[in-house]
Order: sequence, then structure tokens, then C-alpha cells
Amino acid sequence: MKPAGFDYARPDRLDEALAVLAEHTHTARVLAGGQSLGAMLNMRLVTPKVLIDISALAELGHIQADDGMIEVGAAVTQDQLLRWPGLKEQPLLAQTLPWVGHYQTRQRGTVCGSLAHGDPSSELPLVLAMLKGAVVLASQRGSRTLTAADFQTGTMQTAMRDDEMIVAARFPLAAPGCSSAFREIGPRRGDFAIVAAAAVGDQDGVSLGIGGVADTPAIRRLPWLDGAGLDDALNTIAWELRGSSDGHASAAYRRTQVRNLGRQVIGETQHALFNR
Amino acid sequence: MRYLTADAKHPVRFILNDQPVEGNAEPRLLLTDFLRREIGLTGTHVGCEHGVCGACTVRIDGASTRACLVYAVQAEGRSVETVERLAVNGDLNDLQRAFRRHHALQCGFCTPGILMSLSQLIDEEPTADEARVREVLSGHICRCTGYHGIIAAALDVLAERQAGRHV
Repeated sequence: MKPAGFDYARPDRLDEALAVLAEHTHTARVLAGGQSLGAMLNMRLVTPKVLIDISALAELGHIQADDGMIEVGAAVTQDQLLRWPGLKEQPLLAQTLPWVGHYQTRQRGTVCGSLAHGDPSSELPLVLAMLKGAVVLASQRGSRTLTAADFQTGTMQTAMRDDEMIVAARFPLAAPGCSSAFREIGPRRGDFAIVAAAAVGDQDGVSLGIGGVADTPAIRRLPWLDGAGLDDALNTIAWELRGSSDGHASAAYRRTQVRNLGRQVIGETQHALFNR
Repeated sequence: MRYLTADAKHPVRFILNDQPVEGNAEPRLLLTDFLRREIGLTGTHVGCEHGVCGACTVRIDGASTRACLVYAVQAEGRSVETVERLAVNGDLNDLQRAFRRHHALQCGFCTPGILMSLSQLIDEEPTADEARVREVLSGHICRCTGYHGIIAAALDVLAERQAGRHV
């Protein structure tokens, strides 16, 4: 289908973008890569009066590592981050990015756009939540920083106000002595995950993150467990997340994959840390 | 700041297959429709029109991109390449010839988009292996071939170019 009509604004500076957003609060949408928003516009699930194209804003094109964080500007594509040499300082992000969309969509889709879209089965919100990262929001009223947990409030729902936009995302660097793993299962590589699982482990235990089941990424901290103890813990998590059946998978299949993928990522993390 | 109103057509100029082109577009006009209707190049096919099937893939400043998720006004000042760019003086290029040799198409609907993605891969990653070709192809849907012929064609061209037999 074709999108309904909209005005197209292409600001040259961030303050111009925020001014248009303030003027058209409730009726404007921010367009970065358009790999999620474009599909929604074509299907007329959204019909904004104004699209504000921030993809060429130089102020939002930065990737930088300082203060123990990788900060990614809102115009940075998933592919740019994937090719950034410093990415090895955050292995979970490096492990996950190749699973975000396809070769073709990663070259246009942005990191922050995926966070703003807030699809519960998408990978980047899961990674941001796992790493206890944050998003930086800006409006004409000023800027504020929200943790991943405070930012995403539900399925495609965020705490972002109508006059705000994401200007950057912050992914903490990996702590020394950690290891991580990521896996997902979907209809085809690059499609939305039916279940995605991420793990970050250290000497004391492991954090398990599950996407695609609950309406926001679910993070659980576990001690190192083996055998039946791990089975029980994963089974409890699989039921707690209350995944539902839809056209892609049944609730029972989702529970099965939480158990399977959870065991795999925890096992990989444990193996990398303890070589066992 | 550029501000283009919804109710008017606005001039759009960009480089298409090495030649400057211009036309007029409402902001909502998709690049696919601009290429096919304003310019008259119908090699870029429209499949699902919401970014899933990959049939409309073109290259914008070298990057393979779904043209159904780009507005014509966003192409302003860019360099766009479509499947019409591949043949040289009417002769199929090496990738297109490999597609013919390996039966990498049947109905041909998905082919232009796949050719554009594989062109980027072959240009930028001459040492790409089968796993990488499969990963790039995951962004396309082909209902005829089962993909095997497409993978064989891509690997054939990669091997030819590595051997320096690029024509």
C-alpha cells in the first residue's frame, strides 16, 4: 500500500528538528532509517501529518566510547555500528547486531530507531535492557536520560513524550571478566524473533534476557546452576513470562524455546568463563 | 531546513544509473513508484511494499536498500542504481550471465532486487563465502528457485572475480 499524505521536513540542525516536533506535537513522527516506520506508514497503521527526517543530521551521526559507555547517535545505522572497530569492547552488542534485520535493512535502519519502535521481539531493546543501558531524549524543554527499563513500557510503547525524540543510546562497555552469548529462533534469519535469548555471566552468576515472549524484555539473574536445577529455573521463567499464542508460534512452543535457548546461551557463557 | 508540503509535488533531482534525472513528487511518493512511473524504469519490481520481500531493492550511494521504504524526496542529491545499471551496452554482466547459467530465476519477479544486493556483496566482499551469500539472500524472498541456483551463481561470480576473470 501507499502511505497517506504527510509534510516532509528535513532539518539541518537538531534544534530545527525539535522546533518542528514542538510545533506539531501529537501529529509528527521522527523518521530515521524508516525500516519499521516506513512499513507502518505504507500499511497506514500510522498517519502522521509531518515526517521529520533526521537521517542526515550530523549532530546525531556519532559513535563514541567514553565514560564506560558506547554512545550511538540517532542517525547511526545498525550496519555502521556493526562495522565500528570499537564494537569489540561490547561483545553482546557485537554478537547480537548481525541478527538485527537483514543486510539490506541494517544499512538504513538505525540503532535508536529500533529502540524507539519498541517491538518486544526485536533484539536491540533486549540488549539495551540486558546491559542496563539508557536512551537520551531531547525536546525543546530540555533533555533527559532514561534507563532501558524505564524507557520501554510495553509492546511498541515507550515513555517518550510526543514532543521528544531519541538523540542517542548508551550501551555500557563489558565489565572485565564477563562473557556473553546471544541466540534467537525465527522463521528466517533476520526476521523478528519468536524467542531471543541473551546471557551475560560473571564469576557469581548469570543474567538471562528473553525477548519475544513478554511485552518488554525480561531479565532474570540466576546463580550458576547445572542439570535439574537449571532446568527448573528455566521452566519457572518460561511460565512466568506468560507468552501467548499467535500466528507465528504457540505459547507452548515459546516456553519450549525459552528453555532451549536459555540453556544454550547460559551454557555458552559458562563455557567461555570456566571452560567447562 | 527543507520543508515540503503534502499537497504539492516538489522537484526531485538525483543521479540514476550514472545519469542525472529529475521529476516531481509528493512527499509520500515511494522511490519505487517514482522510478517506475516518473522515470519509466520498470526493472525495479514492487512486491510486498512493506519491506519484507526485497523485490524492490536498489542501491542508494552503494548500499542495497528497499526502495519501498524510501520516499523519492529522500533520494535528492543521492546516487541511485537499479537493475538497469548492470548490463553493459545491452550485454548482461557477469552476475546476470551466471544467473542464466545456473537457472537462478524462473518467473524473474524477485531477480532485480537480488541482483542489486549481490552486486553490493560482490563489490565490497570479494572473499564472501556461501554462509555470507545465504545471509545476504535472507533479505529476499524467491518462490521459484529454492535459492540453490542463486547461491551457485553468486559463488561462481565470486570465484571468477577472485581468479581475475572479471569481465
